[in-house]
Amino acid sequence: MKKKNHGKNTSGKKRIVLFLGKNVLHAILLIAGVSVVTFFLVIQSPIDPLSANVGQAALGAMSEAQLEQLKEYWGVDTPAFTRFLHWAGDFLRGDMGVSLLYRRAVSDVIGEKLVNSLLLMVTAWVTSGLLGFVLGVIAGANTGKWQDKLIKGYAVLTASTPAYWIGLLLLLVFGVWLQLFPVGLGVPIGVASEEVTMLKRLHHAVLPALALSITGASSVILHTREKLAEVMECDYMLYARARGEKKTQMIMGHGIRNILLPAMTLQFASIGEIFGGSVLIEEVFSYPGLGQAAVSAGLGSDIPLLMGITVISALLIFAGNMTANILYGVIDPRIRRGGQRL
Amino acid sequence: MRKPSWNQRAKTLWAAAGILLFFLLVVIGGSFCAKRALVSDFSAVNCPPGRAHLFGTDWLGRDMFSRTLRGLSISVLLGIGTAAASAGIALILGILAAMSKRLDAIVSYLIDLVMGIPHILLLVLISLAVGRGLKGVVIGVMVTHWPSLARVIRGEILQLKEQPYIAAAKKLGKGPWGIAVCHMLPNVLPQFLTGMILLFPHAVLHESSITFLGFGLSAEQPAIGIILSESMKYLILGNWWLAVFPGAFLVILVLMFQYLGESLQRFFDPAGFHR
Repeated sequence: MKKKNHGKNTSGKKRIVLFLGKNVLHAILLIAGVSVVTFFLVIQSPIDPLSANVGQAALGAMSEAQLEQLKEYWGVDTPAFTRFLHWAGDFLRGDMGVSLLYRRAVSDVIGEKLVNSLLLMVTAWVTSGLLGFVLGVIAGANTGKWQDKLIKGYAVLTASTPAYWIGLLLLLVFGVWLQLFPVGLGVPIGVASEEVTMLKRLHHAVLPALALSITGASSVILHTREKLAEVMECDYMLYARARGEKKTQMIMGHGIRNILLPAMTLQFASIGEIFGGSVLIEEVFSYPGLGQAAVSAGLGSDIPLLMGITVISALLIFAGNMTANILYGVIDPRIRRGGQRL
Repeated sequence: MRKPSWNQRAKTLWAAAGILLFFLLVVIGGSFCAKRALVSDFSAVNCPPGRAHLFGTDWLGRDMFSRTLRGLSISVLLGIGTAAASAGIALILGILAAMSKRLDAIVSYLIDLVMGIPHILLLVLISLAVGRGLKGVVIGVMVTHWPSLARVIRGEILQLKEQPYIAAAKKLGKGPWGIAVCHMLPNVLPQFLTGMILLFPHAVLHESSITFLGFGLSAEQPAIGIILSESMKYLILGNWWLAVFPGAFLVILVLMFQYLGESLQRFFDPAGFHR
């Protein structure tokens, strides 16, 4: 018996290496696919980057030589395949190219914007996760009662509401009517960047973060509610009640253990949605984050920047999914054992 | 025999009929408002909601009620079209994935790929690739909403394949096409229909989002996304009606479709037949 267990453990380690290796390979394949698809979608575009950025009138007034220079700068005449090879080669060496709109290295632009966006996204991710879980537990423990109806109604309503409209409403109520929060931009206008305090920066991030958190909670609420309601019907819950446990005791002791894991997985898998929401919310609040940069890169045909942002966000999503997979094994002993048997 | 009381099924049917009627009214009303939504009247600029203009007017004096109705009808038509097309893609890919291991690997790679890029960003990219405008929205929404339904259909068919009656049909000499049409299709049809209706809310929300960002419908169209993005400049002046009504009606539209899809789901669930 003991010997058998030992054998299982060593093969377990191998499995972990195999599991990680498989995930990394998967990531590489996926990122390669994402960059190929992205690049050829952007290249495909019939929108002329010159007239989009310079303007038709200005173009007409330019000399041939100037036009040639511009064309070279925006890469109009280079064949798509060569451009992709150039881009991919540089990317592998860690060089993401130069943003055509910002005239700075893409990695610099993304780094700066990502910090701003992360402030929003992490806040929203944590609050929506915690809030969603707590509300979901309350609803699931009281299925059919008014608390449940209220919370479910909230979740369904926010799931059907476009994130940017919630942003507009918050802007209207808190920014325009109550004037508690500034109406836009990440920092106050007319103040040197060194003088912007962390407090001011946070003040500007409150409304966008709130808007993101409000819309982000609905899927966790609905999922947690469903799962807990299911768990409450189980035989061991009936037994716990027969033993005389109180409802809170039952939920804390048996309920949460059984629903925490799927909720966490869901939350890790929702990084893509939070990112998508932040694109819209940043646009509403003119918050200088990654989403806004992506929109201006898209509108201005800034291919290197758009590529960089897409690949980085795909990496973020993948990291979220992989963390969820790993967490499953770490937290739930049953799955760990099951994985070894497979 | 007693007259049967109103059970869940009857209620669902009536609600569905009511919702469909509402959509019909929106579409018809929207087509009547198409011209009025674009007419500007400089004698009535920035009017708050009142008797003459139910939802107020914007800075060009355009009637917001007409614009909202027109925008909703655009949303309904686009949403139904794109959701149906996306569900069609899901059905085809789901069936393909259930056919062989290799096809399954290809389809699941495609699913991972589509889900690996943030949805909004993918819509932006596709919209760019086809040159923005109506075409950009339609194609973008169509080719990005199928993964979840394709997964459901794939799972359903894999499960069906193990059923004894499929094996019996095979032994009786039915070809793969015969089995697919006679036995598989009727079984996945409910999933397909509810999945299609539940795709609609996503399609509509994404359509309006991408339009809001400036990659979708052109600015002359009174789509909800355009109306809301234009309203941003005037919110600071306190013109709340520009944003509140169009958005609220979009939410109501989406909620109705969500309800329709969920009650249809219950309708098709054999265990809940008598509820």
